[in-house]
Amino acid sequence: MFSKRKLSTIVLAVSLAMFAAGCKKKVPAPPPPAPPPPATDVPVVRPAAPTVAQFTAEPTSIQRGQSATLRWEVSGNATSVSIDQGIGTVQSTGNRRVNPSDSTTYTLTATGPGGSTTASATVNVAAPPPPPPPPAPATVATLGQRIDTELSDAFFDYDKTDIRSDGRDILTRDAAALKAILNDFPGAAIVIEGHCDERGSAEYNLGLGDRRASAAKEFLQGLGVPADRLKTISYGKERPQCTEGNETCWQKNRRVHFAPGQ
Amino acid sequence: MKKVICFVLASAGALLVLTAQQRPIQIEVSKDGGMPVIAIPDFRGSGDAQKFMAAFNETLYADVNSSGLFKIVSKSFLPLFVPQQPSDFQQPPPPPADNPRGRSTQITQPTNGGGHWMQDWANPPAQARYMASGYTAVQNGVFVLQGWLYDLSKGNPTNGQLIGNRYLGSVDEAGARKVAHEFAADIVGLFGGKSLFGTHIFFSSNRTGHKEIWMMDPDGKNQRQITRFNSISTYPNVSPDGSKIAFTSWRPGQPAIFIFSVDPVRDLRYYNQTASVNQAGSFTPDGKQIVYASSAGNGVCCRIFIANLDGTGFRPISSSSAIEVEPKVNPKTGTDIVFTSGRSGPQQIYRMNMDGADVERLTAGTGEASNPSWNPDGQHIAFAWTQGYATGAFNIFTMSVANRDYVQLTHGDGKNENPSWAPDGAHIVFAKTRGRSSQIWSMLANGTQLQQLTTVGDNERPVWGK
Repeated sequence: MFSKRKLSTIVLAVSLAMFAAGCKKKVPAPPPPAPPPPATDVPVVRPAAPTVAQFTAEPTSIQRGQSATLRWEVSGNATSVSIDQGIGTVQSTGNRRVNPSDSTTYTLTATGPGGSTTASATVNVAAPPPPPPPPAPATVATLGQRIDTELSDAFFDYDKTDIRSDGRDILTRDAAALKAILNDFPGAAIVIEGHCDERGSAEYNLGLGDRRASAAKEFLQGLGVPADRLKTISYGKERPQCTEGNETCWQKNRRVHFAPGQ
Repeated sequence: MKKVICFVLASAGALLVLTAQQRPIQIEVSKDGGMPVIAIPDFRGSGDAQKFMAAFNETLYADVNSSGLFKIVSKSFLPLFVPQQPSDFQQPPPPPADNPRGRSTQITQPTNGGGHWMQDWANPPAQARYMASGYTAVQNGVFVLQGWLYDLSKGNPTNGQLIGNRYLGSVDEAGARKVAHEFAADIVGLFGGKSLFGTHIFFSSNRTGHKEIWMMDPDGKNQRQITRFNSISTYPNVSPDGSKIAFTSWRPGQPAIFIFSVDPVRDLRYYNQTASVNQAGSFTPDGKQIVYASSAGNGVCCRIFIANLDGTGFRPISSSSAIEVEPKVNPKTGTDIVFTSGRSGPQQIYRMNMDGADVERLTAGTGEASNPSWNPDGQHIAFAWTQGYATGAFNIFTMSVANRDYVQLTHGDGKNENPSWAPDGAHIVFAKTRGRSSQIWSMLANGTQLQQLTTVGDNERPVWGK
């Protein structure tokens, strides 16, 4: 077995030899052969192939859904004239209304004893422009937005769960708004959250919040708001909206508040 | 290496057991009301151990101090030289023999040993009766404490040695704290105290942005998060053996009860009966049921219910139309429940039998009273009361359930709520709200030794478990 080095030496030697040989003086190429003699056949008179005098599409560009007219005229001796794309055999002169859905090239073939002639005409079909964007929807408020803007919190006295007279007025207005909102959002439910101030034990306040939410729900139900679409959640004193330690703040936290349900 | 550690640990453990069994000493706690005076000089560590000695000394001092059983000598009164082992003590020279020939000699007789003599620690200014001392070292990859406790009145370390033990921990701050806790537990134990080392405080913290349940050691160390509900999760209570917690979470929408195991943390899937509110579960003494407050049945929150730990077998106990919450079963008898109710007006604390009979009000009806928590003795409760303060301004009180004598432990300085008794019956953990910040504090059940345990976020609703 040759070693790699030996092998490459041999290859080098052989290629050098070949190169040297290549450098040998070239023998002159032999002269090209003589050109063939000119044809001396006697011309045979053959019938001429039919001529397509006209094959056009008018107009050449249409919108999808519109139609174009193909016109053709074949002269000379034609035994058959046909157009592809499903049109088939036609008279040697005529026109045809077409309404391709996409750009189409029609090929007319006129055949006679003297041969065939073809011609083509193309109808370009433009896709219709995109329709104008749908009109911007008249800003429809989300459920949450409707609740925030149309429903008001009702407030409670300390350690009390009965609805005050101001609360009755508020909840009466809320009831009308609730009916409208629930009507506009047929699948939605609305949560009545019961909240409390920070005084008293957390567990006790959870009870207060539950009772405040239930009292509000009962009141709204009495005004015709469908009870099955009202849910209650008590947050007790876990989610105060005001965190100062004074009565103004505490009053803000003793409330029922509305929120979107799941 | 591991084998060596195992061997060291095992042999040291065996030694510990042996010494524990051989310990014949019983300390007579003085009946005159004076607390034993103990000197605790700073311990030092050899080599790498010294890095962790700040944590060690802090922990040892805090544990002994918070036991409430000792008066600890101020470190500034202690001698400069600290004997680190019994052989470091020296006997004072014998009193000078009478010189029959004159009185001019022996004026160089020293009056103290600068710390080398036991008397140096027993005499003014230290005036200690007991002394804890020792040292730490790293040996075979283990943090070792050699800890001694001496009765200084015995005059020499051989007679005066009450404790002489090795304590082993990992070579880090946690290991240093562990051996300090264990040494302190032995010291406190000799004087009839129960160490709280190994117990846990569960609480609710909003430091992640949501209220979640957390736990920590009794000294506030090792705070770790248990729930990750990103909702409101709070009102924890702990099972008698400390292995489970019941708490309330809004995660399902409406507030519901969850029961988790603590180690490992696992949801034990408590089944909540259909109700707008299920809350405030707390365990019965056998750990097999919870009592809780629910709006189930009549649709208004809340009556007291009882159910199995999986939520089955639930039934109401109380039948009042008032808000009745925070039920806690007597941990000793298992036969009666304290709870809070609005049945007579503002929230007050009541007691009833397990079947709901024999309801009696414990608090006087003045102010608002809430958050009852049983002492493990089953005879006292701690609770929050606004008596003498503005509405909502709670303070911590304790009360003997039998005769309704009460003691006020906190006096303003914010709102003090949600007391929970430690397993030793001597400490109380509670939440203090000053300004808008709520933090967890511990104290002795006499209102002293106040110690703040949390600082990060708002922390509340502590409950102390085994």
